[in-house]
Amino acid sequence: MASPVLQIRDLKVTFSTPLGPLVAVRGIDLDVSAGEMTAVVGESGSGKSVSFLAAMGLLPKSATVEGSVVLDGQQLVGASAKVMRSIRGRLMSMIFQDPLSALNPVHRIGAQISEMLRAHQHMTEKAARSRAVELLEIVGIPQPGDRALQYPHEFSGGMRQRVVIAMAIANSPKVLIADEPTTALDVTVQAQILEVIQKVQAQFGTAVVLITHDLGVVARVCERVNVMYAGRVVERSGIHDVFDRPTHPYTRGLLASLPHAGADRLVPIVGFPPNMLKPPSGCAFRTRCLHAVDACGHGIPELQPIGESMTACVRAKEVGVST
Amino acid sequence: MLRYVLRRLAWAVPTLVLVTFLVYVALRIGTNPVESYKRINPRATPAKIQQYIDVNGLDPNYVRGYFRWLVNFVTLDWPRSIKGSREVWPQLKDALANTLRLGTAASAVGIVAGLMLGVFAALRPGGRRDVAVNTAAFVGISIPPYVSAILLQLLFAVYWSRWFGSTLFPTSGVYPPGQMGFDLGLMLKHMVLPTVVVAIQIIAVYSRYMRSSLLDVLSSEYMRTARSKGISERRVLFKHGLRNALIPVVTIAALDIGSIVGGLIITENIFSYPGMGKYFLSAFGEGDFPLLMPWMVIIVASILIFNLVADVSYAWLDPRIRLD
Repeated sequence: MASPVLQIRDLKVTFSTPLGPLVAVRGIDLDVSAGEMTAVVGESGSGKSVSFLAAMGLLPKSATVEGSVVLDGQQLVGASAKVMRSIRGRLMSMIFQDPLSALNPVHRIGAQISEMLRAHQHMTEKAARSRAVELLEIVGIPQPGDRALQYPHEFSGGMRQRVVIAMAIANSPKVLIADEPTTALDVTVQAQILEVIQKVQAQFGTAVVLITHDLGVVARVCERVNVMYAGRVVERSGIHDVFDRPTHPYTRGLLASLPHAGADRLVPIVGFPPNMLKPPSGCAFRTRCLHAVDACGHGIPELQPIGESMTACVRAKEVGVST
Repeated sequence: MLRYVLRRLAWAVPTLVLVTFLVYVALRIGTNPVESYKRINPRATPAKIQQYIDVNGLDPNYVRGYFRWLVNFVTLDWPRSIKGSREVWPQLKDALANTLRLGTAASAVGIVAGLMLGVFAALRPGGRRDVAVNTAAFVGISIPPYVSAILLQLLFAVYWSRWFGSTLFPTSGVYPPGQMGFDLGLMLKHMVLPTVVVAIQIIAVYSRYMRSSLLDVLSSEYMRTARSKGISERRVLFKHGLRNALIPVVTIAALDIGSIVGGLIITENIFSYPGMGKYFLSAFGEGDFPLLMPWMVIIVASILIFNLVADVSYAWLDPRIRLD
């Protein structure tokens, strides 16, 4: 495996709320390697978006970030606003969930892309404009020259997401974080957008982090999967291992609740995600886990190897790897 | 765009006719112009009264009377005022000029300062500055102009002359009594206090508008996209935030400016400022129909025009709005 371009170690994110501190991310380790597509999977509130917003330095001031995020040899946690500005959009950029609201309604598409270019490269306005048109062509927008002069409301949702991607890859970043890039789109458009992301990844050698709750999307495009639950990574596996030999009870629960041919009915995970203001002691999943024993309440389990996978479950060996 | 403006202007004509007709009826019912004429000119002969009725279009039939008035108005054959039998236009022109001067100054000061304070407050919602601006805005909105006007008059005229021997700002009129001709310095000095009184209200209201509009925008997704580009925070705020936040505020401002022509009645009276408000109150007090109707036409026209300005500026700021 190539050395990771993005290395996250023991990342913690705490929000101060009127009800007390809310620890949204409780110490995660994550590596992202160049040219690889890594998935981060989990339900809403599992801390998957927050982790990467923290890496980008885009969290509100009410959030405290601890731990270490190293991008291309540079420590990002605690870096000055100026350093973060020079990194955002140049070395690391982000695609957001809702393309309908991610673009500024009062500026032309071309201007929004060339702004990204000129923020980090010495370029004339004219050169940036023509590069913007090229980028629109790369992400598959027909008549890019004319479209660059239009406003976001003249684009469909899928087309807008292509624009957001064009903007994100404008400076050929090392890491591209795609935060639920297909969630707001029709299924047919989802496939197209994933194709565009794969294409730019191949073309620019970008490391892509795909944040999603959709295991179907993951199966289609990713090589490695990190499953998050309650602010922790609970399982890390290759794509085939996750689907064929899931090791963590939560991952198994996720797979069992997916619709697939032959199954009579879906098996949901019982209960609700924990209240992150007062997470349960020990393994956060034990309140919903079918295999929970007393030992699960003592200490937060660390990731440990089980076969090809890493899993954070003290009973992983006993419970076995069969589904 | 041009076609849209022309079409709207064409539509403004029938609107103006309809509204002035309603105003005409209201004034005839409310002030009884013929009786007012008799009261002020008790020795008028029946022939004189009949002539007054004819030139003003005071036919017992409202519709016929209105069109008689309209023809005279449009052909600039305006009747003279009841009191003193003076020509209407010179008075109205002066009143309009004075009010426009006061209104423009107060709006400019008020809107610019209000917007700046609103931005200032929105940058740190809940912070100390925000609380200070909000409190000041509530106080500003809550103090009626007749209170702030009198307080200012007390401070800058009465107490000031007691402490320092002379008044700082005059409290009434456009010029001191007896002044002839134009004097910019004197005029500005006279405008200061009424401008401040009107501006306080505008500042208070617009800082609130701007604050809430900008807060809306700041929490939107495209602001996060803008930040994720790695551009300076100032550029994020001004290029991406402010333009969007101004869209609703500019629309309201255009409407407000349109109504200011007739809206300074209280302030103008307290400062004996000879503008449209004072003109209206004295004309209405006398039931002076020949003075009142042209005043009404100007107010209605101003509101119609600035409605159009609001629509056009909205479309100009927001590409999503198309006018045709």
